[in-house]
Amino acid sequence: MISAIFEYQFMQNAFIASILASIVCGIIGVIVVEKKLVMMSGGIAHTAYGGVGLGYLLGFEPIIGAFLFSVSAALGIGAIKRRGGVQSDVIIGLFWSLGMALGIVFIALMPGYPPDLNSYLFGNILSVTKADLYLMIILSFLVVFIVIALFNDWKAYLFDEEFASIIGIKTVFLEYLLLVLVAMTVVVLIRVAGIILVLALLTAPSAMASIFSKRLKSRMIFAVIFGVIFCISGLWISYKLNIASGACIVILSVVCYFFTYAIRIVHIKMKRKNIASKQIVGEEESEV
Amino acid sequence: METAIHIDNLSVYYGETAAIKNICLDVKQGEFLGIIGPNGGGKSTLLKAILGLIPITTGNIQIYEKTIGKNRTAVGYVPQFATMDRRFPISVMEVVLTGRLKQGLSLFMKYSNEDKDIANEQLKRVGIDHLAKRQISELSGGEFQRLLIARALTVHPKLLLLDEPTASVDMNSREQIYHLLRELNKEITIVLVTHDLLAISSEVKKLACLNGKLVYHGEPLLNEHIVNELYGCPVDLIAHGVPHRVLKEHEEGIAK
Repeated sequence: MISAIFEYQFMQNAFIASILASIVCGIIGVIVVEKKLVMMSGGIAHTAYGGVGLGYLLGFEPIIGAFLFSVSAALGIGAIKRRGGVQSDVIIGLFWSLGMALGIVFIALMPGYPPDLNSYLFGNILSVTKADLYLMIILSFLVVFIVIALFNDWKAYLFDEEFASIIGIKTVFLEYLLLVLVAMTVVVLIRVAGIILVLALLTAPSAMASIFSKRLKSRMIFAVIFGVIFCISGLWISYKLNIASGACIVILSVVCYFFTYAIRIVHIKMKRKNIASKQIVGEEESEV
Repeated sequence: METAIHIDNLSVYYGETAAIKNICLDVKQGEFLGIIGPNGGGKSTLLKAILGLIPITTGNIQIYEKTIGKNRTAVGYVPQFATMDRRFPISVMEVVLTGRLKQGLSLFMKYSNEDKDIANEQLKRVGIDHLAKRQISELSGGEFQRLLIARALTVHPKLLLLDEPTASVDMNSREQIYHLLRELNKEITIVLVTHDLLAISSEVKKLACLNGKLVYHGEPLLNEHIVNELYGCPVDLIAHGVPHRVLKEHEEGIAK
């Protein structure tokens, strides 16, 4: 694969795309998992499908459509949730299916043969174009910059939104900003993992990182590293076996997460057993 | 004497139901006010309204003669710790430092040495400075509650609002927390919402009883005899209408 990276432009694009995707999904993934926004992210991602369809229908770059749709979904869900009166998972569910439905309608309205949308739904990192890559670079840079620039404010907001708002931090702004960041992240990830598989990339690296670290910053760093490992090895598997990259990366991430989880459970049980057996030995000795 | 909180004819409605109605209440500087009442009596709503977290329907609230939005640094808030996510990846020091964040948003903000000194000082004040490097998931209930108090104190408030500070902490920590509050009250006005009758009886200087309306406001009328009796009594919670009435008959309209 290494020689292929030097030889083929599409492999270079794929390689850069997976690094970018890992960085944003590591950073935003940790926030999404801590703030319990996983389903919200799913909703935002699936709404993007409508944008992809609109892009095809009106003849502009579908990824731009995806970006516009997911940002509006983020703001829309955020605004309705803030007004109150409706459960947020209800709105998420509605946006989720509305976006998909719009996508289908737009594609149906398109004259001629319908395009192959599989690469948007399930991701195909090998088909990343230069234009995709530029958009991904800009969005990744923005996401990383915004998170780092406001890191202390983010930390206060994520830990205790109420207190943060009492001491005068603009929490409403942060809430919307976070949703927009999630939307941007989703767009970066769509080319790699696809609309349907995005959730695994957002959750698996950060959930695994949470097993290894108890600090927010190092959790993000761990998650980025895990993301890079998953994406690059997933890319390699997909290249070797000629299977869709999104599926490979996702299966690899999820399997790795459950594997780590199982090891951790066994480890904790062994520790407990050790302590228990030591106590029993101690009691026996004292009896003697 | 300076008025810390001035509440005039306050009503808060959630949809069409009133959570609190026509409340008038003044808290003077240096006071230690306990607010008690049954569940759903509007205690937390009152606290949130004072903090400006929920929109008020009618009336107005002033903190040291300004609205809360213009006087944020005068108020320290200690939330109910049961509602907090204690698995969040953050250390004790980091939590306390969040109290030093500036209003609005600050780009590439780093905590100064002064901020760190203040944070350390407040941790020492509540007696958990030795835990500064711990993650919050490793703290006991009592330690966590004191951490939240330390965080509120880093704002250097003149007024401290606490929501159920002793709910689900053990007896020992409860004693320590009240001892701490007594010390703090020498400089800071304290308003405390609680179910904990012992706190009300032994610590507070004034009492407000809330059940939708302000039913009573004045001196705590629990004398020593009743307090002693309470130690052997299973009732740890005052609600209007429980047979173990420990307060004198509530009369409406004598508020203030």
